Amino acid sequence: MNLMTERNLEKAVNDKMSAQANAIKMQGKDVTVHYGDKQALFGVSLDVPEKMVTALIGPSGCGKSTFLRSLNRMNDTIEGCRVGGLITLDDEDIYNPKIDVVELRARVGMVFQKPNPFPKSIFENVAYGPRIHGLAKNRQELDEIVEKSLRRASLFEEVKDRLHEAGTGLSGGQQQRLCIARAIAVSPEVILMDEPCSALDPIATAKVEELIDELRENYTIVIVTHSMQQAARVSQRTAMFHLGNLVEVGDTEMMFTSPTEKRTQDYITGRFG
Amino acid sequence: MSTLMVLVIVIAIGAAGYFIGRQRAAAKAGGNIKPHSLPHYHGWWVFLAATLPAVLFIAIWTAGTGIYLERSAIAELPTRTADTVIASQSLELGMVSGIARGLDKLSDAERASLPQTFAELRPLLASKGVALATEGQDYMIPIAVEWNRNTSRASNIGGFVAIALALAGAIFGLSGVHVRARARNNVERVILGALIAASGIAILTTIGIILSMLFQTITFFQSVSPSTFFFGTVWDPRFAAAGSGGSQGQFGLIPLLAGTLYIALVAMLFAVPVGLFAAIYMAEYASRSVRSVVKPMLEVLAGIPTIVYGFFALVTVGPFLRDLSAALSGGYAFIQAQSVLTAGIVMGVMLIPFVSSLSDDIITAVPGSLRDGSLGLGSTKSETIRRVVLPAALPGIVGALLLTASRAIGETMIVVLAAGVAANLNINPFEAMTTITVKIVNQLTGDLEFNSPQTLVAFALGLTLFFITLAMNIFALYIVRKYREQYE
Repeated sequence: MNLMTERNLEKAVNDKMSAQANAIKMQGKDVTVHYGDKQALFGVSLDVPEKMVTALIGPSGCGKSTFLRSLNRMNDTIEGCRVGGLITLDDEDIYNPKIDVVELRARVGMVFQKPNPFPKSIFENVAYGPRIHGLAKNRQELDEIVEKSLRRASLFEEVKDRLHEAGTGLSGGQQQRLCIARAIAVSPEVILMDEPCSALDPIATAKVEELIDELRENYTIVIVTHSMQQAARVSQRTAMFHLGNLVEVGDTEMMFTSPTEKRTQDYITGRFG
Repeated sequence: MSTLMVLVIVIAIGAAGYFIGRQRAAAKAGGNIKPHSLPHYHGWWVFLAATLPAVLFIAIWTAGTGIYLERSAIAELPTRTADTVIASQSLELGMVSGIARGLDKLSDAERASLPQTFAELRPLLASKGVALATEGQDYMIPIAVEWNRNTSRASNIGGFVAIALALAGAIFGLSGVHVRARARNNVERVILGALIAASGIAILTTIGIILSMLFQTITFFQSVSPSTFFFGTVWDPRFAAAGSGGSQGQFGLIPLLAGTLYIALVAMLFAVPVGLFAAIYMAEYASRSVRSVVKPMLEVLAGIPTIVYGFFALVTVGPFLRDLSAALSGGYAFIQAQSVLTAGIVMGVMLIPFVSSLSDDIITAVPGSLRDGSLGLGSTKSETIRRVVLPAALPGIVGALLLTASRAIGETMIVVLAAGVAANLNINPFEAMTTITVKIVNQLTGDLEFNSPQTLVAFALGLTLFFITLAMNIFALYIVRKYREQYE
């Protein structure tokens, strides 16, 4: 018991240390988003540190998913959506017209709210990204990438005997981990997760959370979540959104113990949202 | 008493029942008990109880009377012998009913002194505006008089029974009006029955169409064996005048079937790529404002009557292709104006809106999350469409194409004008071929005797065509349904 708390403490200290030490991977400056005439984000400035999990929390409709989707320009696919302000990836403006959106999305991968495996086999689902980006020179390399990605998503052991069966036949949690494996297979630098566990049962959620914690070693992760506990469990930094504004951002531990803003405290303690 | 008058009386009884029933229900509703149904439901229930049985009775009685009249008239006709002047019994019967209809128009005085010979009767009826065929016989006049007498007797009996039924129904309905009576549920049941009857009519009509074709087809196969019909490679039905017995002709289906499938194939080769690409553009690329203009315009194509496409083929496309080929070869037009190519291209244009509209719906039905997933992995729009959207939509698209193909096979007016009538069996798309539908039109229009195989073959062709398109539709529906299960 004693050992456990000690380890937790050590982890917290490490987290805190790294939070200060890590470089800034992505940066939003005064980001505004309009859907047609409706403004969804009002000047949000937020840094995403490298190789850490940043959680975006806030009540429904607060703009956290909108902010997430503007980090890899998925908002471009929505008709009438305009993004203002500056968003950078490694100090490079991602809304610069010279930027290749397709390449950007290969560097900033995304996992969606509802598991959305393609109606193909498990293997083909994971091989999809490497194939279109030409990451594997031959079949053997492709096999290796698929296996490595599935292992990283801790799904390989469960599906190794049925790689060529339909990905849609897996359970919800397995499907979501398949989608994570699919995103990893492209070797992104940042992974965006839009409420990845909202369609999953508690056991599957626990597995995905565990996985997110492991992925932190190699990837920068931004996760939108509705669950306070999840934000507390998996993230090192937390940003609180409300009505299209960034209310507060800070180390997760600090946010959940001594938030400076009253709105954050009210939301965390369940007084609104 | 005419049927129309009886109907009006029945409905009047029903309407009166409605108002009385509603009033009664409203009057009884005042007490402590909560009424089960609103007053107007009681009114409707009385109306239905009064009119429905009576109207049904009128329908059955009228049909039954017709059969009874014909039977009794046939019984009175002189026995048919070899020298009977009139060609067939049904012709004789038609004349009798024609005379009967004419007699109906005469005044009572004229009817009392009815001429006994047809020669005298004819000018009299002609003066009343009833023209009769020349071959009328004297013995038909008394039969016609009897016919009229029977008709009026039957309609009187029927009318009284119907009105009595309506009254009884109204009284039955009214007697049932009380506070807790479930008039609302009764009306609901009648509505359900009406809906079932409506769908039943569609099914019964289909069965009726099949049966009507089937009987004629069986008659046809009594004079031409099925094997020579289905496997014959020569279509040469010849002409057979009434009663001449003449030469049989050859009824080979193969050239027609080949022509039908060939033209449909050319049409599909033209329509599928164009329609599919249009659908992809509309579903995936077009902005909302573009789609709101382009999609209705494309669907206008579907509203053009096929005969107009036929003109287009005959007057514009055919001559254009002929002249083009002449210009290409330096004089000799190797494409005929009426050819497989002409018919196929114009039919293809007709099919474009079907392909694009059906495929558009199917492509749009592919969940947006799959597109997001693919785009989120850094693939381009066309990669997403080629590798994710189209494979997911493929079964549905195949089903849509099969539905379109069965339309192409059954299409008539374009091929009548554009494909030609020569039943050739060749593979050159620049020459004329003909289709099953064209030959049905040819065999049924014209002065051929109805009972000859030359005419009856149209029914065999029609039935064959029906089964081909039916099989394709069933297959298409099977595929579409199988595909639907994937997302749910």
